[in-house]
Amino acid sequence: MKGFLGVYLRELFLLKNRAFKFILSLSVSPLLYILAFGLGLGKHLTIKGIPYLQFLIPGLIAGTTMMQAFSINVEINISKFYLKSFEEFKCAPISEVEYLLGEVATGITRAFTATAIILILAYLSGVKPVINFSFFALIFLNTFFFACLGVISAMLIKSHADQTLITNFIITPMMFLSGTFFPVENLPPFLKELIMYLPLTLVTKDLRKVALGGQTVPEDFFVLSSLCLIIFLLGLKAVKYGRD
Amino acid sequence: MSQNCPKISVENISKTFDRIKALKSLSFSIKRGELFALLGPNGAGKTTLIKILAGIIPPDKGKVLIDGKDFFKDISKFKKEIGVVPQTINLEPELNLEENLLIHGLIYKMPFNKIKKQIKKVLLFVDLWERRKHRVKNLSGGMKRRLLIARALMHEPSILLLDEPTVGLDPQIRRRLWELIKKIQLKGATILLTTHYMEEAEQLADRVAFIHKGKLTVIDTPSNLIATLGQYAIDIYTKEKRITKYFQSREKAEKELLLYSRENTLVTLRRITLEDVFFKYIRSEL
Repeated sequence: MKGFLGVYLRELFLLKNRAFKFILSLSVSPLLYILAFGLGLGKHLTIKGIPYLQFLIPGLIAGTTMMQAFSINVEINISKFYLKSFEEFKCAPISEVEYLLGEVATGITRAFTATAIILILAYLSGVKPVINFSFFALIFLNTFFFACLGVISAMLIKSHADQTLITNFIITPMMFLSGTFFPVENLPPFLKELIMYLPLTLVTKDLRKVALGGQTVPEDFFVLSSLCLIIFLLGLKAVKYGRD
Repeated sequence: MSQNCPKISVENISKTFDRIKALKSLSFSIKRGELFALLGPNGAGKTTLIKILAGIIPPDKGKVLIDGKDFFKDISKFKKEIGVVPQTINLEPELNLEENLLIHGLIYKMPFNKIKKQIKKVLLFVDLWERRKHRVKNLSGGMKRRLLIARALMHEPSILLLDEPTVGLDPQIRRRLWELIKKIQLKGATILLTTHYMEEAEQLADRVAFIHKGKLTVIDTPSNLIATLGQYAIDIYTKEKRITKYFQSREKAEKELLLYSRENTLVTLRRITLEDVFFKYIRSEL
């Protein structure tokens, strides 16, 4: 798996060299959401008897980790269209599995860094979510799924403009509608039915349950793991297509 | 594996992009340890051929044999045999020299203990060891080109593909790179160089081939190709155009030169270069 290490190390070196900017940019959005929605708009708000900030933090973690994992497509696109460094991977004797795992590991690293920042901000705001194995497992599955999706989109698109379309039409609506900021039950029935089956909705629901001291549904883990396996296999196909 | 077997054999390679035939049934072979230059204007098909030989894209038709074996049947194994210096500088600008080479070593599956030694070896070879901790974005154009060569040599390939390695460089740096390329050949590598600088091919190549509109027009040594036109040329400048005449001896060329000089025409005498041969063949193809 040296090829995997090569791909992963490249991204880690890039993160290391831009560590300050990276951490700063990771902190801005969650901080704004906590300030605007949590402390501003939701100061006196409760949902099902839970203070809004406590309700918001798990959703924010699910949404932000999705965004961070998916955003590896930006780095891949830069290497494809601008730096042309993707050509080096095309020349190298590296397998599709190694390449995909390397990029997915990067997405997971970015997402867990974002989680740590949100947790620090949550503690500073007086919210202490329950953190256990299920909590991390859910974040892992969420980031694995969306990192694979990020790689697939990067492999299939032909220009930067196509990438913006995917983000605007798929990722941003999911961030807002999958139960991140409000319960999905509040949505109109037809939309609710659709949203309920999105992976982020499942993760947000379970992560919130865990963070508030509840138990997850084992079937949900099975569904999420199956989705990860399917998208990983699709990711391998996409990498092969992207290399050819 | 016989020593007489060509290192690279290209057999009837064709490639089409969006109905445009980039390569049309191309065939040639490169001997072990040879420096073979492929000359052609922009859009001739040089980069497409390099991409096929690097395993980046497969041909639509035809075969590539490395040491007599089908390259595309065991591509992962053969990719380790090939070092590629691309036309575009595709290094990671935000990483330092060592980091760039370390990543290359890993994706080429080099043993861990060898990577460190090899980084030092190749950086010393291209005279960039002192700058190993510098970020690539802070290097000059010539240094980046040298680093591309160092990266291609990291995994000790027996074949080096150089796609216009000196494009955009000043003459001094270009000559420095030529020395480097010759040194690599002397170490035993088989080199395929694409260029549109005739002087570069003349100085470096054992044999050259002209490629135009996806077809090979001629293959021979630079001296043999030049000899087909003669030894000396005179350029006659009229109001409308420049006319070049070729001669087997200096005496004959000087006689002609005198004739034109008496007519008060601007005329110059020089040795025939590969560029003359190139234009002759390419024009005949137009």
